[in-house]
Amino acid sequence: MAIATTDTTLSVAPTGRERATAAAYDRRNKLFNRTCTGVLIAFALLWLVPVAWAIDTALKPNAETTKVPPTWFIENPTLESFKTVLQQGDIWKWYLSSFITSAATAAGTVLFASMAAYALSRLHFRGRNWVFAFILAGIMIPGQVLIVPLFREFDTLHLLNTYWAVILPQVPTAIAVFIFVQFFDGLPRELEEAARVDGASAARIYRTIVMPLSRPAVSAVSIFTFIWSWNNLLWPLLVLTNPNLMTIQVGLATVQGSYGIRYADVMASALLGGLPLVLVFLLFQRNIVEGIAGTGLKG
Amino acid sequence: MTTQTSAGGRTRAPAAPAPQRRRHDDRTAWTFLIPFLVLYLLFVIGPTVYAFILSLFNGSLVKPGLGSWAGLGNYAEAVESSEFWSSLWHTIYFTILTTPPLVVLAFLFALLADRAVRGRAFFRVAFFLPYVLPSAVMALIWIWIYTPALGLAEGWLSAIGITAPTWLGDPNWAMPSVAMATVWWTLGFNFVLYLAGLQDIPRELYEAAAIDGAGPVQQIFRITIPLLGRTTTLVVVLQVIASLKIFDQIYLMTSGGPNFSTIPSLEYIYDQSFTNMRIGYGSAVSMLLFVVILAVSFVWFGIVRRQESGV
Repeated sequence: MAIATTDTTLSVAPTGRERATAAAYDRRNKLFNRTCTGVLIAFALLWLVPVAWAIDTALKPNAETTKVPPTWFIENPTLESFKTVLQQGDIWKWYLSSFITSAATAAGTVLFASMAAYALSRLHFRGRNWVFAFILAGIMIPGQVLIVPLFREFDTLHLLNTYWAVILPQVPTAIAVFIFVQFFDGLPRELEEAARVDGASAARIYRTIVMPLSRPAVSAVSIFTFIWSWNNLLWPLLVLTNPNLMTIQVGLATVQGSYGIRYADVMASALLGGLPLVLVFLLFQRNIVEGIAGTGLKG
Repeated sequence: MTTQTSAGGRTRAPAAPAPQRRRHDDRTAWTFLIPFLVLYLLFVIGPTVYAFILSLFNGSLVKPGLGSWAGLGNYAEAVESSEFWSSLWHTIYFTILTTPPLVVLAFLFALLADRAVRGRAFFRVAFFLPYVLPSAVMALIWIWIYTPALGLAEGWLSAIGITAPTWLGDPNWAMPSVAMATVWWTLGFNFVLYLAGLQDIPRELYEAAAIDGAGPVQQIFRITIPLLGRTTTLVVVLQVIASLKIFDQIYLMTSGGPNFSTIPSLEYIYDQSFTNMRIGYGSAVSMLLFVVILAVSFVWFGIVRRQESGV
């Protein structure tokens, strides 16, 4: 009742005085919003300082980086450090390893998780709720506490120092199944029902109807799995000791000391190491942000 | 919720008799489920059970088999070991140092960005960009910033006349230094979560409040903060769980030093299992950390359930 009354008063056209106060508040709001923007710009610039400083350092000759106090000014800007790192060659191998393992992880996760989710969302079978609960329980299991048994397992399988050791444990991500189930549940069923009447098999419906309609979920899951896999450190550090197979993370972590005080070279290697994902981020910004907003994913 | 939807689908289904279809679906469903379930059993559920079994024995990394029976001996040893407790304390200390700024600053920045007239894309890039950097990259950059004499951190402080600590080299400053770098690194994730939450609040509420005479600050305290309750719960819990799993930054920036003052639980597990080769003991500590993380998740479920029934 009370709400209804307020509604009617609101719908009455505002009197002159009311309109004037509303305009005043609007102005106050505008001023406030402008101040907000200013403060936030300051913070955003502050947030960019570390990366800017890394770029600044990498563009200096190594000798210039050891000046006290440190300065942003570059006397002899040079790309020498980037050249050194790229010519030294390790980083190309790391790129390749990171790319192979992350792409395979992302592809495997999308395929297997979406298949499982399709069964859970669309097919009627005994024990569905149990299977769903069983998979959901996996969201609570932090992979990092499983390093000991997993290491044992891969040792027994003689798969240490192979890409398989990095890829396989990252594929069964429970949260990916959950995301696909939620997405599939929201898809309209009419097309599928029509296809069913025409005698299409479940596999065909999955391949030709459900998956093509699920681009947003596929892109969110694949981008996130790719980023997580790319940034995984602990597990690859344990299973990849062969320098030829090291990922960016393992490579940078193992050689971080070897540049000594050649700070420009160190920063160049860090920037080159970070570059691929920065590009991924800039390209897929929208999908990434919407993915986080929609699901609250976290590595 | 899911069951309801599929039931709805079934009622709308065409002529085909239900029992027949159901029998047919059983086999198809398992074909779809098997690939995921096999990997899930092998690399998630299996290892969880295996970790528990290992924790009951005195196994060694370099010897096959489980080793001699230990019962709860490994757990008893962990609970009595000061190293275990100090690693747990370091983990919690790190969580305490990072969670409040990561929640409060992310909220504040998102709030400002929501009110900002333009430039939202720029803010998103500035705050979120660090999040996609590999931890090794982030660590290299911050180690350089913290380098005594040559680093930017000392440069800035001495410019305003403050004597800088040795950051990562000082047992009292090492953890706060790592925490500061972490806040820079991961804030963007929470920022995006909050930004999404803010966009879900209908504009009309603010307009109505403005007409009723509420200023911007009042609007924030009376509308924004209460309506973001659920987002905040989500952000806090995800943040606490992520912080409890701290490993990368500390391993890379301090390797647990100086003087063992920063070793977190995961690094303790790593050291015990892979340096000291004591996988039984390492597994026991893993299970204890697992229980702590699980407890946080359950507390979250409790809060979410209460929030939902409250609405």
